[in-house]
Amino acid sequence: MAHAIEEAGPARPLTMADGTPLKVALARATRRSKIRAFLLVAPLLLFILITFIFPIVDMLMRSIDNPEVNDAIPLTVAELEKWDGEGMPPDAVFAAFIKEMGDRGEGQRRNVGRMGARLNYEDGGFRSLINKSQRAAAKIEEDPMQFALVGFDKGWEDKKTWPTLDELAETPEFAEVLPETAALLRKWETGNSPFAEKTPKPETYPTILSELEKAKADGSLARLLPLVQAENRKLATTLEKTAASAGDIRDNPLRYALVGVDKDWGEQKTWKIIKQVSSPVTFSYYLNAVDRTYDIDGNIVMQPEWKQIYVQLFMKTIYVSLGVTLACLILAYPISYLLATLPPSKGNLLLILVLLPFWTSLLVRTTSWIVLLQTQGVINDTLVFLGIISDDNRIEMIYNMTGTIIAMTHILLPFMVLPMYSVMKTISPSYMRAARSLGANPLIAFVRVYMPQTVPGIGAGSILVFILAIGYYITPALVGGQDGQLISNFIAYHMQKSLNWGLAAALGTILLGGVLIMYWLYDRLVGIDNMKLG
Amino acid sequence: MAIPSYAGPLERVWYYVYRLICAAIFFFLIIPILVIIPLSFNAEPYFTFTPEMLRFEAEAFSLRWYADIVNNEQWLHSIKNSFIIGIASTLVATSLGTLAALGLSRAELPAKSLLMGILISPMIVPLIITAAAMFFFYSAPFGSDFALAQTYTGVILAHAALGTPFVVITVTATLVGFDKNLIRASNSMGADMPTTFFKVIMPLILPGVISGALFAFVTSFDEVVVVLFMAGFEQRTIPRQMWAGIREQISPTILAVATLLIIISTMLLATIELLRRRNERMRGVTY
Repeated sequence: MAHAIEEAGPARPLTMADGTPLKVALARATRRSKIRAFLLVAPLLLFILITFIFPIVDMLMRSIDNPEVNDAIPLTVAELEKWDGEGMPPDAVFAAFIKEMGDRGEGQRRNVGRMGARLNYEDGGFRSLINKSQRAAAKIEEDPMQFALVGFDKGWEDKKTWPTLDELAETPEFAEVLPETAALLRKWETGNSPFAEKTPKPETYPTILSELEKAKADGSLARLLPLVQAENRKLATTLEKTAASAGDIRDNPLRYALVGVDKDWGEQKTWKIIKQVSSPVTFSYYLNAVDRTYDIDGNIVMQPEWKQIYVQLFMKTIYVSLGVTLACLILAYPISYLLATLPPSKGNLLLILVLLPFWTSLLVRTTSWIVLLQTQGVINDTLVFLGIISDDNRIEMIYNMTGTIIAMTHILLPFMVLPMYSVMKTISPSYMRAARSLGANPLIAFVRVYMPQTVPGIGAGSILVFILAIGYYITPALVGGQDGQLISNFIAYHMQKSLNWGLAAALGTILLGGVLIMYWLYDRLVGIDNMKLG
Repeated sequence: MAIPSYAGPLERVWYYVYRLICAAIFFFLIIPILVIIPLSFNAEPYFTFTPEMLRFEAEAFSLRWYADIVNNEQWLHSIKNSFIIGIASTLVATSLGTLAALGLSRAELPAKSLLMGILISPMIVPLIITAAAMFFFYSAPFGSDFALAQTYTGVILAHAALGTPFVVITVTATLVGFDKNLIRASNSMGADMPTTFFKVIMPLILPGVISGALFAFVTSFDEVVVVLFMAGFEQRTIPRQMWAGIREQISPTILAVATLLIIISTMLLATIELLRRRNERMRGVTY
């Protein structure tokens, strides 16, 4: 014994013929076969990723993607960041806004149009407000002070205003109180103002503003006003008002100019909404999809009553799907049992009655239900012919919820029968016989011995039908009428009609989340690998 | 399922009641198909049986709606489209899906359930979401101007993606009982890999491949949501044309088309059934 151990010497690792250790060689071989297996799957994986998964992910991003305001007015957004939300935004915001809105480049005009559409989801008046301001912005940029005065007081765009001042400029009082204005007015020329045929030089506007401010401060304005009043009452009021706020106008000319375009620009709310929507990522589509919204201070609140439709719609979709699932279950259980317990020759023949509808085009079956159920259709005709109902009160069974449920139940029934049938096929009939011989009556034997064994089939079929029902689009769209519309139909509506793609994406993501949870359940219950077709 | 000899009178009554209930459910399943076929031969433009039809008078029946299909440029175009798109997408889906199934059936494949989940996903995601997503992405993939929406290529790729899960599932199911020793035997007799594949593997998994291909074809042939969102007028398929017909002015021509589709689906179903039986026979062979 001891002698033999000495002979063997130290244990050497096993090697391949070429001298590599066996362990290394094995690892290499396993790696190679893993890679080879993966290479077979790779082409399809790549194909599905590009043609299917990327589009889906891309759409999910759309539900939080919020680029419109940021693309159109980035400088304004940066300035709004500095605003604390108290009072009105500083004039730098207005300056940036007018500069960006006034850009008439092709791309920028498209961006501003998109921003208008995006802001319109928040508040209905925005689209027209943005369009209006876009037209005005370029002009404001050319001559901000003129627009600031007009924006401050409509008196400045009165046709009589400048001619009156021009006449007054000849008087010594005017020349004394507003000397530079008077000098400029004497060089009267035909300008290019939109407000009057004849206007002073552009520099007249800032001049008159600063002189009015000075005159107000040293009290000389009081001497000029009666003179103006005698000529034109309204103008006197305008001058007085302008003089009182001259400092504010000089500091914020662009704000006054923009408010002149539309009063909404003077509302704090308008800017708060823009600031809210300016972040490049938003959850407002999701809030919208659950009937909530941000209020002006960024708190989450309920939508107004008339806009609260989506929670109800989701509930309705779930109820309809549950109803269809239950109807399929009740109809599928007896025939699955019959198919599973008949001798194979008869069973296979009857199975064709299940498979044929399953293989028939969805649109064919939907069309068929229209033909059967409509008021002038086959069923109503038969009932009238049999005298069960009279000709003038035919039953409304289509273009409403009833039609949706009947057609969907018919279309999804095979999906319930097939998994149940395959489970029932495996249940041995001797259990029932045993139960009977032990004294159970047929009902108890069935409920306590047979039914528990069919639970996997019930579960698999129900989840499958529910998953399919919850995302149904074609049938409700064709036979649902007004009240038979489900969540998918609204996704399609926002995709094609209202073009609110963010909301469509948010609704779609919620729906997809629900389906994936159900799918996970199905996987736990049945296993994806055991999915059988036909 | 005959009545057991120990059944009581109540049970006998129930036995017949239960048969009646089942008959009613089968009737519900099959009646839409049964009603469409005779109505497509209606001589009148109605969707219900005329008294003349019920009396089986010869002139109450006609082939005018079938003639309508043949004389209608749009219907013919959409039938052609359905077959072009269906066959092309089936070829793509079947070749990719079969390869992937061969990989998925190997025990050494890493992350198998994750891969399976991804490859099956086109079957699970509600079509409306798929259609919406493809509409965006195929219009400007990765932000480029290389638009695939409203082209044949785009619709074919989309339909191929929708069809692959069926191919993967059916072929994987066929490979479950596949005897690896056959490959070893083939190799040991000096066949190289392609020869082994075409001479040994392919004939054995062919039933699965063909029935997967038929499923993929039907998926494309019957698909309307993606076509609605993504195809242009040029790529109208039969279901898209039917959709338009049902939404706008329903004409009995649709019933004639529907009858033709029922015939096609019956043939496909028969093919699948024959394949299944052949497969079982081949499985039954012991070496």
